[in-house]
Amino acid sequence: MSRPLIKPLLVLALTSLVAMVLSIGTGSVSVAPGQVLAVILGEGSNLQQTLVLELRLPRTLAAFATGGLLAVAGALMQVLLRNPLADPYVLGLSGGAAVGALLAMLAGLGGLIVSGSAFAGAMLATLMVFGLAHGTGSWTPSRLLLTGVVVAAGWGAVITLMLAISPAQRLPGMLYWLMGDVSYARSPWPALGLLFLVCLLVVPLGRSLNVLARGPMQAAALGVAVRPLEWTIYVLASLLTATAVTMAGSIGFVGLVVPHMLRLVLGNDQRLILPACALAGGTLLVLADTLARVVIAPEQLPVGVITALLGVPTFLYLLYRSR
Amino acid sequence: MNPLRANELVIDIPDRDDGQPLDFTVEPGQTWGVLGPNGAGKTTLLHTLAGLRAPRHGSVCLGEHSLTELRRRRISQQLGLVFQERQDGFPATVLETALIGRHPWLSPWQMESGDDERFARQALDQLDVGHLSDRLVSTLSGGERQRVAIATVLTQAPDTWLLDEPTNHLDLHHQVSVLQLLTEQARSGRSVFMCLHDLNLAARWCDHLLLLYPNGDACWGPAERMLVPAALERLYGQKLITVEADGAPVFVPVKS
Repeated sequence: MSRPLIKPLLVLALTSLVAMVLSIGTGSVSVAPGQVLAVILGEGSNLQQTLVLELRLPRTLAAFATGGLLAVAGALMQVLLRNPLADPYVLGLSGGAAVGALLAMLAGLGGLIVSGSAFAGAMLATLMVFGLAHGTGSWTPSRLLLTGVVVAAGWGAVITLMLAISPAQRLPGMLYWLMGDVSYARSPWPALGLLFLVCLLVVPLGRSLNVLARGPMQAAALGVAVRPLEWTIYVLASLLTATAVTMAGSIGFVGLVVPHMLRLVLGNDQRLILPACALAGGTLLVLADTLARVVIAPEQLPVGVITALLGVPTFLYLLYRSR
Repeated sequence: MNPLRANELVIDIPDRDDGQPLDFTVEPGQTWGVLGPNGAGKTTLLHTLAGLRAPRHGSVCLGEHSLTELRRRRISQQLGLVFQERQDGFPATVLETALIGRHPWLSPWQMESGDDERFARQALDQLDVGHLSDRLVSTLSGGERQRVAIATVLTQAPDTWLLDEPTNHLDLHHQVSVLQLLTEQARSGRSVFMCLHDLNLAARWCDHLLLLYPNGDACWGPAERMLVPAALERLYGQKLITVEADGAPVFVPVKS
């Protein structure tokens, strides 16, 4: 069983490396793939050093981390809710983050405070949905889902309200944030570290997740401590999503489409799907971000637009085929 | 093996009086059948015995320990449960489904080995679904799914089998071969505890019976003492004719 896991992961890892080198080389000044590698290894001119190491590499890594986090979070949410339509934002987390970020922007604050405020909003949204779904009894996936959807609608109204009362000069920044954009990203390393850590963690959790996907009663009968596992998934998925949203705004469709595409090709073993999601989600966002930078260069599109434009038809196609 | 024991057990069925507390031990080698009309609490009893539901009173023990003191993993190494209803969630093949029966026996870092796979394939063959191992479970018929579910618990290899209507959806031949398989399990020192709808299958294959009445009353004991026509008629609210065939009583409902 372990050999068939390694081959697809190797292929995906290679693909993501190629995508990253391509992304770093593409832009107003092109750098050949061989040069990119040389510069990363410490050679090349000063200009190239600055261009590659200080400008493009961090952005590419940030895009990779964001995409990976979102795809893994989406796959986890789908198992938790046992609903193939779940995505990282289905429980209203991005709404909370957006309200947090917009509040900071509305107050004229920038940078780190916007990020921190978005993260706080995301965590608040998570706690709120979980607390409300708990109610007087225990929560069920459908109850959690309904609560999340309704709370998300509430956040949506608050966001619209804030946009309506914002001064005009702040609007472009806010809209960009809402559409999702990697250029806001700061250091990619914490997110990359988290992504790596989670991939390590899901290996031992993977088989339990496979069993949980068969339903909580069946899982309990096979020795899974269901409630603690569900809590773990919920907290992990929320943490991943909050980190991604904090870094790049609410980028849509990566978390929904990537797990589905991989499940169609690789089957349903979470031990394979989750690390594969990290790699494929990262690759997809790196490519989308590259497109976003070059389509109307020197202007940039928000990457969320590209992922949605790619994601909507892909998803509809998959849905159409599955009937 | 650790025998499964119900201690002064009252299952929790909403809006029902406590009734007769259940107090019995399923010893190694025994095959128990639970009989009762719809809504008498057979499934609830089974889930309570498996530790998936809390009882209203009393406790369930495996050997010396109450289920509440044991970790789920330890319990699942000794107790296997075939559910009446299954949810598919994500698509999975027959072999993958049978393989999850190994879950209680593998550490978190362990992958399923070749031995585990052989074990699962053997179980599928025994249930006559080995030729379907690469098919998606969602594409199978009801009877085939039922046999895959039983093969999954066979792969799990528990000492005590709990089964909820194991003959559901099965044709006559497969009903007999499943009950034969369970009898062999009991003969090899394991124990079997199952809910059955078919009185005659229970009379034929079970050595102990538990009659569960809708009002919470219950009685249990060796099968020959339980198969009293008057008691069975009261149980189902149905007049019965008793005949004998192949050394076992056969109960036929009276046409009214």
